[in-house]
Amino acid sequence: MHVLELTNVAANYGAIQALRDIHLFVDEGEIVTLIGSNGAGKSTTLKSINGQVKVKAGSITYRGNDITNLPAHQTSLMGIAQVPEGRRIFPKLSVKENLLIGAFSVKDKNTVEDRMERIFGYFPKLKERLEQKGGTMSGGEQQMLAMGRALMMNPQLLMLDEPSMGLAPIIVEQIFEIIKELNKEGVTILLVEQNAFQSLQIAHRGYVIQTGEIVLEGRGPDLIRNEQVQEAYLA
Amino acid sequence: MLTDVIQTLPQVIVDGLTLGAVYAVIAIGYTMVYGILELINFAHGEIFMTGAFIGTAILLTFSGIGWLSAMPAIIVLIIVLIATSILTGFLGMGIERVAYRPLRNAPKLITLITAIGISFLLQDIIRFIAEVKKGNYIITGPSLFTGKMKLEASSLWPQFHDASFKSTFLVVLITAIIMMLVLDLFVNHTKWGMAIRAVAQDRDTAALMTINVNKVISVTFFVGSALGGATGVLFAVQYGTIDPYIGFILGIKAFTAAVLGGIGNIRGAMVGGMVIGMLEMFAAANLSGLTGGVFGAEYKDVFAFIILIVVLIFKPEGLFGKAAVEKV
Repeated sequence: MHVLELTNVAANYGAIQALRDIHLFVDEGEIVTLIGSNGAGKSTTLKSINGQVKVKAGSITYRGNDITNLPAHQTSLMGIAQVPEGRRIFPKLSVKENLLIGAFSVKDKNTVEDRMERIFGYFPKLKERLEQKGGTMSGGEQQMLAMGRALMMNPQLLMLDEPSMGLAPIIVEQIFEIIKELNKEGVTILLVEQNAFQSLQIAHRGYVIQTGEIVLEGRGPDLIRNEQVQEAYLA
Repeated sequence: MLTDVIQTLPQVIVDGLTLGAVYAVIAIGYTMVYGILELINFAHGEIFMTGAFIGTAILLTFSGIGWLSAMPAIIVLIIVLIATSILTGFLGMGIERVAYRPLRNAPKLITLITAIGISFLLQDIIRFIAEVKKGNYIITGPSLFTGKMKLEASSLWPQFHDASFKSTFLVVLITAIIMMLVLDLFVNHTKWGMAIRAVAQDRDTAALMTINVNKVISVTFFVGSALGGATGVLFAVQYGTIDPYIGFILGIKAFTAAVLGGIGNIRGAMVGGMVIGMLEMFAAANLSGLTGGVFGAEYKDVFAFIILIVVLIFKPEGLFGKAAVEKV
């Protein structure tokens, strides 16, 4: 059984048909990347999984359960975490509160503490800034906080929407290292990126989306060598 | 002229604080709902009014069965406050569920008009019930605290006159301050308070964090309306006589307070309420003296709205608000 599977998914974004007949799956322990240019439907795909965009046709299943059009607070409770595009840190909450929000549904205080410690292992900087307001951090720090916040849910499937956007190359490298590390520790990852080269390098498999349709799929290394991909995204 | 102002200052402060505290607690209700939905909930003034009627009804019932004299007044007040705030809390939550939630994605203007409609509805329902039960929609409840107190300000500074007030003033002021402190703790130091702040800042992202946004909005309406209803009780206890239309002007002034403090900002609403209350009482005491009798104390209401206009012109984001930045 796939962890996540999209079958024939179609969705509108406003009046525009944003997704057409999307087929996509993610297996346990994989890093799968969805690449494509701006406006191709990458974010819409993620949003349709978390119920933020209404699915018009087709179905989405998570570990065999139908989650089509389930609202985000329910899909996240099932273990699907999303690091949204543009990070979307709560600007007026402190770093600590931003992390605690991720563990909103966790009742046990010790579990929350343990998870926070684990996150400080990945992002030691966050520990130094606990009382600082989220909105006052730099882009890279905000990305780390957004990932930390999602990890507070202890997700089984982590979906990242353009984590490299607007960040310095050295920070991007760090972020991708951590994504790899998380994956080694058992988190299944769906990575949406414009930064095709870097994401294909760490991905087991990849999908290329163009104007709302999957046009190519394959193993990460194969896609990097694919002529079409090279021409369109790696030039 | 100046001596007049100074002499009456202690009385102005006492009255202003009490009135200001009432405005402040109601302003919190406006600001919380605005913060989370960007909706000016015009029905909030009527929630306050409904609270005043529920509280008075409970008091009349108590006095009818002889409980009023059997219990200490403060215990009665606490019981009435708790019962009323639970009822108005559910009322506010119900209004959101029935009237506002279906319009969540509708243009703001439509929800605003709905809120005004709910205001009229509540006014008429309460008026109807009061007339059926009592034959009149103007109701006078039993008084709980009858004592008088005196603040000997003249011993502080001989220029001051002493301030005298009914002991209800003190009860109202202290209760309102306690409510504000508890609310502040709730919003800033509890999990649900944190959820309210998160939903106010970014509803979509909050939903990604396993937060049921609708539930948080319900909680917000419950808390805001419970506070509004409890303030209605305080108002009824203080002034004794109430009618179904007390919520309108008070609601508008409390809304002014919320705008003054920066709408969406809870602490701003508290300060804004206090400022409006003080200014209004100052105007009531001194307007006639300062203008040589041209404008009398009855112009005090105009004062609050002049402040609103001035704030909107020079600092539209309010005293404690941040200028809105359009999200990209």
